[in-house]
Amino acid sequence: MTERLPSLLPMPIGEVVEHRWHQRRAVLDLDDFSREEIEITLETAVRMREILGRPVRRVPALNGRTVINLFYEASTRTRVSFELAAKSLGADVVNVSASGSSIEKGETLLDTVRTLRSLGGDILVLRHPHAGAPNLVLDTTGMPVVNAGDGSHAHPTQALLDALTIRDHFGRVDGLKVLIVGDIAHSRVARSNAWGLSMLGARVSFCGPPTMLPATCLGPTADLPWPIQVELDLDRAMADAQVVMPLRIQWERQEERPISSLREYARDYGISQERLCRAPSEAVVLHPGPMNEGIEIAPEVAHGPQSLVGDQVTNGVAVRMAVLYLLVASTSDTADSASNTERSSHARAH
Amino acid sequence: MATAERAILSADEIRRMLSRMAHEIVEHNGGTQELLLVGIRTRGVPLANRIQQAVSGFENTALPVGQLDITLYRDDLFEGRSLELQQTAFPVVDMAKTHVILVDDVLFTGRTVRAALNAVMDYGRPRSVGLAVLIDRGHRELPIRPDYVGKNVPTSLDEEVVVRLSEIDGRDEVVIQRPRRG
Repeated sequence: MTERLPSLLPMPIGEVVEHRWHQRRAVLDLDDFSREEIEITLETAVRMREILGRPVRRVPALNGRTVINLFYEASTRTRVSFELAAKSLGADVVNVSASGSSIEKGETLLDTVRTLRSLGGDILVLRHPHAGAPNLVLDTTGMPVVNAGDGSHAHPTQALLDALTIRDHFGRVDGLKVLIVGDIAHSRVARSNAWGLSMLGARVSFCGPPTMLPATCLGPTADLPWPIQVELDLDRAMADAQVVMPLRIQWERQEERPISSLREYARDYGISQERLCRAPSEAVVLHPGPMNEGIEIAPEVAHGPQSLVGDQVTNGVAVRMAVLYLLVASTSDTADSASNTERSSHARAH
Repeated sequence: MATAERAILSADEIRRMLSRMAHEIVEHNGGTQELLLVGIRTRGVPLANRIQQAVSGFENTALPVGQLDITLYRDDLFEGRSLELQQTAFPVVDMAKTHVILVDDVLFTGRTVRAALNAVMDYGRPRSVGLAVLIDRGHRELPIRPDYVGKNVPTSLDEEVVVRLSEIDGRDEVVIQRPRRG
């Protein structure tokens, strides 16, 4: 398998990426999104969120289309969120998980995808433990794919929903300091957020024990083309952070224990109420979930007034609706003519 | 393709028509109680606002005005139209008591109104739904008729009716565009 390694630094920020939504065949990561594309996605998500507040939370936009959730890793919120998003747009949804399917009998990823496509799947939502699996699916089968998390590589819809949550709360992302704390080395959320939030103008900072930071972040040769700051002292890092995002320790992605004791980790890197009180009073806490309360985040913080965890879950559905809608639009056969001017489309619309 | 343009309504004519339609809406509904004007975007929205202003000129009340983006309800959604979504807002407390008046600039095939009806129903079960259009150009493809019409304009299928409103286009006028054959 040609894996796209989870290199932290594939391309310097600021380089103009010319992709436009109407040419997109897949959503693999935010590293090929322009700022404009991210903003279009967030604007679309705001409109989608309005649908979720109606008595009937469903529009017929994707009637007759089938979205397939293919999950090779455990997931509650991401899978349910994609499922609700697709259903709210009127699509049919099929959920396939590794256990209980032919994958257990040894069928390869690509054969499974080919089968699902032959069965009538239009869009594939894929979660896979290997970095680059969605890229491989797209390159090999051409099936439109949304990456719902691939190993330690990327989780673009999570980063988009975090950006929307932050933008809603502060009215902007530009200029905010976003501090991501914990197991950075194994976190696809940290990577995608570093891309997306930096692109929107946030100052992204990583903090964690050295054993949990990517090698590229450490040592005298640390040379980051991203404007990412790496900090080792959590209390100092939090002093000027508007957004604090603790991460779960990804035990399933490492063989050696990165820390000597959970109690020490909670003491040194857990977000407690006491610690949060020393951050600016406007600071908010996000968590991509699932939370290990009492380890990286204290229960009173997770459910306290500065927590936006509930907003993240709601925004997750809206962002995934936006992504599915825009991807169906860009992969529809007639999408090339989608650049019609407003006036002429208006004149024929009655 | 070159087009020839023929004016059919001036700014003053549009103003008088909207004023007449405002009176008809209030008269037909027996007042302004529980009335909600809903503009179908794009040009239905400023038209709904103007009808509201006209009503406030003789009834001393400000009708609520909503706006509706029907993009996600189109039956030709992915066939090359603009896919940008605009805000939808329904400022009503109780949909079950509300008389909804949909407002649009041109009634043609009826497909936009069909989509708008479906969208309205997803917000609840209104007491009634009426339809006000500035121009009815005919050629219906669905069993839909308007309740309040500014002007009936017979057209041929290769013509386009273009409504220009100052809020969006900088001036008020309605023209018919016809492809010029060389």
